[in-house]
Amino acid sequence: MATTTPDIQRSRRAKSASRPGDRVFSGLSRGSGITLLVIMAAIAGFLTYRAALAISKDSTNFFTTFEWNPAGNPPVFGIAVLAFGTVVSSIIAMAIAVPVAIGIALFISHYAPRKLAKPLAYVVDLLAAVPSIIYGLWGAIFLVPYLDGLNKWLNEYFGWTYIFDKANDGPARNLFTVGILLAIMILPIITNVTREVFLQAPKMHEEAALALGATRWEVIRMSVLPFGRSGIISASMLGLGRALGETMAVAVVLSPSFLISGHLLDPGGGTFAQNIAAKFNEANEFGRDALIASGLVLFAITLLVNGAARWIIGRRKEYSGAAA
Amino acid sequence: MSHAIQDRPVATVKRTGSLSSARLPRWSPIAIAAGSIAAGIGIGVAAGWHSKIQWGMIAALLFVLTTYALTTKVEGSRQAKDNVATSLVWVCFVLAVVPLVSLAWVTISKGMEVLDVYFLTHSMNGVLDAEAGGGVYHALLGTIEQVAIATVIAAPIGLLTAVYLVEYGGGKLAQAVTFFVDVMTGIPSIVAGLFILATWNLMLGFGPSGFAGAMALAILMMPVVVRSTEEMLKLVPNELREASLALGIPKWRTILKVVLPTAIGGITTGVMLAVARITGETAPVLLLVFGTKLINPNPFEGAQSSLPLYVYEQYAVGTDAAVSRAWAAALVLIAFVMILNLVARGIARWKAPKTGR
Repeated sequence: MATTTPDIQRSRRAKSASRPGDRVFSGLSRGSGITLLVIMAAIAGFLTYRAALAISKDSTNFFTTFEWNPAGNPPVFGIAVLAFGTVVSSIIAMAIAVPVAIGIALFISHYAPRKLAKPLAYVVDLLAAVPSIIYGLWGAIFLVPYLDGLNKWLNEYFGWTYIFDKANDGPARNLFTVGILLAIMILPIITNVTREVFLQAPKMHEEAALALGATRWEVIRMSVLPFGRSGIISASMLGLGRALGETMAVAVVLSPSFLISGHLLDPGGGTFAQNIAAKFNEANEFGRDALIASGLVLFAITLLVNGAARWIIGRRKEYSGAAA
Repeated sequence: MSHAIQDRPVATVKRTGSLSSARLPRWSPIAIAAGSIAAGIGIGVAAGWHSKIQWGMIAALLFVLTTYALTTKVEGSRQAKDNVATSLVWVCFVLAVVPLVSLAWVTISKGMEVLDVYFLTHSMNGVLDAEAGGGVYHALLGTIEQVAIATVIAAPIGLLTAVYLVEYGGGKLAQAVTFFVDVMTGIPSIVAGLFILATWNLMLGFGPSGFAGAMALAILMMPVVVRSTEEMLKLVPNELREASLALGIPKWRTILKVVLPTAIGGITTGVMLAVARITGETAPVLLLVFGTKLINPNPFEGAQSSLPLYVYEQYAVGTDAAVSRAWAAALVLIAFVMILNLVARGIARWKAPKTGR
C-alpha cells in the first residue's frame, strides 16, 4: 500500500522480514484469510459428503420426485416441489420488489424534499436490520387476513388466468402471500444499494439534460437510469439471494404441502429453507442428511446468484456501494 | 431573431404571462391524491370489498390515471409523462411505507400488552402453553451468550482478514479471499446451520448446545466484519502509515498503533452492525440450539433458547397467551437490534475516520 520509492521499499521489506513481530503478525492475518477460505471449502465439502450419503440411498430421482419421506422404506424424497416453490415465490417477490425499490430509491435520491430524504434513507437502513422472524410473525398474523380479500377479488376477476384460480377456500397461506412478504423483506436491501448508485450518477449529465429543457423524468431516463443499470441488476441479485434463502418468514406463513400447483392462491407448496426448518425436528439422522442434500442445492443456487451479482459489480470497479 | 420578438406579444396574450406553457396549479397533485383516495374508499365501500389493500390499489391507480389525463389535456404529453413518473414514484413510496409502518406499529402495540419487568426476568419453567405469564429471561440469556461467543470467534478472524487484505494483500490469495468473502455474505443462514449440523452434531456426535449455534452465527458474521473493516482501513490516509514507517517502526506496530486506532470507530460500528444482524437469525438456532423452557446458563452443554427461536416457538404453539408472548419477545428482539444499530451509527458519526490533511 505504501507509496515509497522502490529502493526504500525493498530495503524495508528485507528488514521487516527479519523482525519476528512482523512475521508473527503477517502470518496471523494471512492465516485468518486462509481460515475463511477453508471454512468455505469445508461448507461445500461436508454438505456434499452428507448429501451424497443421503442421495445414494434415495430410491427415486432426487430432482424430479414430488415426495418427502426419507424415513420410509425404501426412502423416497425429491426436491421438485421445493425448487418450484422457491423459484415461484422469489419471482413474485422480485416482480413486486424491484420496480417499487427503484421507485423508492428515485424518491429518496431525486424527488423527496431534502429535509425528508436523509432521515428516510436512515430509516430504510434500519429496516434492513429487522429480523426475518418478525416479518414472519407480522405476515402470518396481520398480512394473511388482509390478503384474504385480495385473494378472493383476484380469483373473482382474474380466475380465468389459471394462476389466480383459487380452488381451495382456505386462508391466504399460499405462495402468492409468501412472495408478497418476501418482497416487503427485500425492499430495504434493494432500495439501499440502488439509491447509492443513483446518488453517484454524474451531476453534470443531469444538469446538461436539464439545460436542454428536459423534464425531470427525461433527466432520470436519459442520465440516471442508464448509469445505474448495472447497479440495479446487482442490487436485485442480492435481493434475490436473500429471497431464495429466507427461512423463518416462509416457514411461519406458508401452509406447506408436497404438491406442485400452478394455482398460486391455493395453500401449499414449499421452499428449500422452509422445508428444512419444518421437517428438521421430526427427522432422524438419515432424514437430516436428506435435508442437508436439499440445503446443498439451495447453497449452489445462492452461490450462482451471488456470484453473478458480484461479477456484474466487478465489471464496474468505480462503483462500490455493495457493501451489504 | 426578429421573428421571435414579433412572436412574443402574441404568446403573452395567449398564455397570460407564463414563461413557458400552461401548467396545472401547484396544489393539483394533492387535490388529485385526495380525490382518488376518496374515490377509492367510495368504490371499495360500494362494491363491498373488505380488504383495504384493494381500496388503496384503486386509489393509487386512479391517482396515476387522473394525473396523466389532466396533464395531457393541460400541459402536453411530455409534461404528462413527467407527472406520471412523479406520481408513480410517490405511489411506490406510499406502497412501501404502509406495510413497514404497520409492521412497526403492530409489533410495538401488541408487544407492549405483555411486556413488563416480570416478563424480562422469568423463564417459561412450569408455564403451560395456554397459560398467561412466563417470560423471556432464558431466551434473552441464551441470545446474549450465543451472540457473545459468535463475536469472540468471528470478530478477530474478520478483523485480521481485513488487515491482511488491505495491508498485506495483493496476490492471488488476496483475490480469492475477497471473492469468497463476497460469496460468503450471501450464504443463507440455514445453510450455515446445516454445515455445523453436518460436522459438529452428525460427524462429531455432539448434542445441541448454544455453542453449536454460536459457531453457525460466527460463519454468518465473519464476512460482514471483513467487508466493513476493509472499507474502514482503506479510508486511513497513507501518510499516517508512511510517517510511522519512516520513524523506523515495524509494520506490525504501525498497524496496531496507528492504522487500527485511526479506524477504530468505523470498525466498532461494523462489528456492532454484524452483531445486530446475527442476533435476529432464527434458522441456525432452530437447528442447533433446539430450544428449552428452562434457564440454561451454560452454552456448552445442553439445549438453550434464544429470542428469535422463542418468538417462533410461541407462535407455533398458537394459543392466545403464547401469541402475545411471541409479540412481546418480538418487541424485545427488535428493541435489542435497533439499539445496537443506533449506537453503532452513533459511534460511526462520533468517531468518523479522520481523512485527509
